[in-house]
Amino acid sequence: MLAKTLFKRLLQDDRGGDRMLTVLIAVLVVVPVLNLLVPEDSVFHLSTYTVTLLGKYLTFALLAIALDLVWGYCGILSLGHGAFFALGGYAMGMYLMRQIGERGVYGNPELPDFMVFLNWSELPWYWYGFDMFWFAMLMVALVPGLLAFVFGWLAFRSRVTGVYLSIITQALTYALLLAFFRNEMGFGGNNGLTDFKDILGFDLQSDVTRIVLFIASGLTLLGGYLLSRYIVDSKFGRVVIAIRDAEDRARFIGYNVEQYKLWIFVLSAVLAGIAGALYVPQVGIINPGEFSPLNSIELAIWVAIGGRGTLYGAVIGAILVNYAKTYFTGVIPEVWLFALGGLFVVVTLFLPRGLIGIFDKRRKRSREVQA
Amino acid sequence: MKTLDHVRETMRRDQVFDFVAEGRYPLSGFRHTVTPGEIDVSHGTILYVENVTVSFDGFKALNDLSLYIQDGELRCIIGPNGAGKTTMMDVITGKTRPDTGRVYLGQTIDLTRMNETEVAEAGVGRKFQKPTVFPEHTVFQNLELAMKTDKGAWTSLLAHLSAEQLDRIDEVMQLIGLTEQRGMQAKLLSHGQKQWLEIGMLLMHDPRVLLVDEPVAGMTHQEMDRTAELLTQLAGKHSVVVVEHDMDFVRSIARTVTVLHEGSVLAEGSMDDVQQDERVREVYLGS
Repeated sequence: MLAKTLFKRLLQDDRGGDRMLTVLIAVLVVVPVLNLLVPEDSVFHLSTYTVTLLGKYLTFALLAIALDLVWGYCGILSLGHGAFFALGGYAMGMYLMRQIGERGVYGNPELPDFMVFLNWSELPWYWYGFDMFWFAMLMVALVPGLLAFVFGWLAFRSRVTGVYLSIITQALTYALLLAFFRNEMGFGGNNGLTDFKDILGFDLQSDVTRIVLFIASGLTLLGGYLLSRYIVDSKFGRVVIAIRDAEDRARFIGYNVEQYKLWIFVLSAVLAGIAGALYVPQVGIINPGEFSPLNSIELAIWVAIGGRGTLYGAVIGAILVNYAKTYFTGVIPEVWLFALGGLFVVVTLFLPRGLIGIFDKRRKRSREVQA
Repeated sequence: MKTLDHVRETMRRDQVFDFVAEGRYPLSGFRHTVTPGEIDVSHGTILYVENVTVSFDGFKALNDLSLYIQDGELRCIIGPNGAGKTTMMDVITGKTRPDTGRVYLGQTIDLTRMNETEVAEAGVGRKFQKPTVFPEHTVFQNLELAMKTDKGAWTSLLAHLSAEQLDRIDEVMQLIGLTEQRGMQAKLLSHGQKQWLEIGMLLMHDPRVLLVDEPVAGMTHQEMDRTAELLTQLAGKHSVVVVEHDMDFVRSIARTVTVLHEGSVLAEGSMDDVQQDERVREVYLGS
């Protein structure tokens, strides 16, 4: 009951979000039914592969919300958000690696395979504690959050803004990419972390675990959306928008602009980290490729295509673009990057508010006709 | 005898001087109480600008300028281009440091030692020529953001408007005449309405002194009349200093006019007196 009223209050003026979440909840109910209850030879049966694919899209949607918070609402275009996603993913990957135990190729109960391969005799100190799920989950939030805090504190305090900030966020994720490629770092180097067996004792390959992971991704997306909606609707959110539109004015009125930017940046990084942690068990691998600057740029394109500063636009953009990506890379792989680039150009030129803008405009027009 | 007592009282070894005192305490022998941070207008004057000189590379933008603003007064400052009007505003708001001279808010607050934020906190609000409001926010939200409260990030996250704060917003909204535009985005307001909104945002801070730079530039006649009404209404509760070029507008609001020329005061008095003044005519008309 309480949850319902809270739900209602948060989505009072957010019709798009309301619809988006209704669809999300429906999908979360229907997909497991179609996968588990409908017999495999039926046309309505959904393969586990599709479920996992959808689960992956949901984690991308959460990542897109994270970027929309800083870009759409605070005007900070971070082109390194993939780094926070990957860090969250690595934290989850470390937990999953420790769960393998003796079932690895070398059968070492303590050390992951790649460490045995490198002739390491004991676990590096930063791998301690990752055999415990709660500790790994804490790190999923803490590591990206802390990096964002330190990075943001230095960048915002020096009043780095606009394109300069975008460039150094690119540098950040690129630096991490290079670092994680190194074998000496102890994160599996080029190959990353893979060959996971189970999570919390449940087999990662089983249909039920996949479904549970899918539902967990959906619920986390729901929670992340509502939290973000609460924040942007609060006075904090209004100050953040004010900073986006007239930073000097906000400072002159007496707001500590750096403080606000820093907290929204940290929160966004934590959300991105959580998204990464849900992504890894579903795709079954995490490697330094996730730090690639290209990923972060693609992420910005999802948000731009969906529509900035609405939260649900980011979700829609992430899901649509990724669906298109899956489709195109399957049918005509060589066209995909051109299509993506072309889409970005078209959206920037003709739809500054993204796909959401089309619907909003149409609704406004119909309202004018009525009036 | 009485003077001796004053001296003894001031020099008491168990007390500190008032400018280093932390709290409020009465200095027996003086007529009023001194509280740090509070504007002391016991002499009727709220803003003292005394013998201020500012030079940029040898050019004296302000030349031994002295100006006194009474508490609750509405003062207009006019002068040809380059007379030092903007520099004077800059000095008062802490943007420019004077080479010599003193600027005091009330009897006790030395504005020349403060930066812009501190001056704003002390109770001097400045309205710039070009209106800057938050375009995506509504009129109501603009005023809410400008409210005098704790501006920390965590407080804002959980902030709720109290009944008094709501009343305060409504009161200011009525004063600036934008009650009907309450829910309208600021970017949709007309130029004049934006100016009023910005004045309203300053008022949310409850400043004692309001410096207004060319408020009616680019306004229609109706808007000008309403601005005049607004500024006259504000006088009394606030001290308002208006820098303006438009003579008709100045005539419609001014009780006292100060004419600046080459960085110092050329004439001061009622609009009629000032217009009769030979030197003023010379400066303005060149005849």
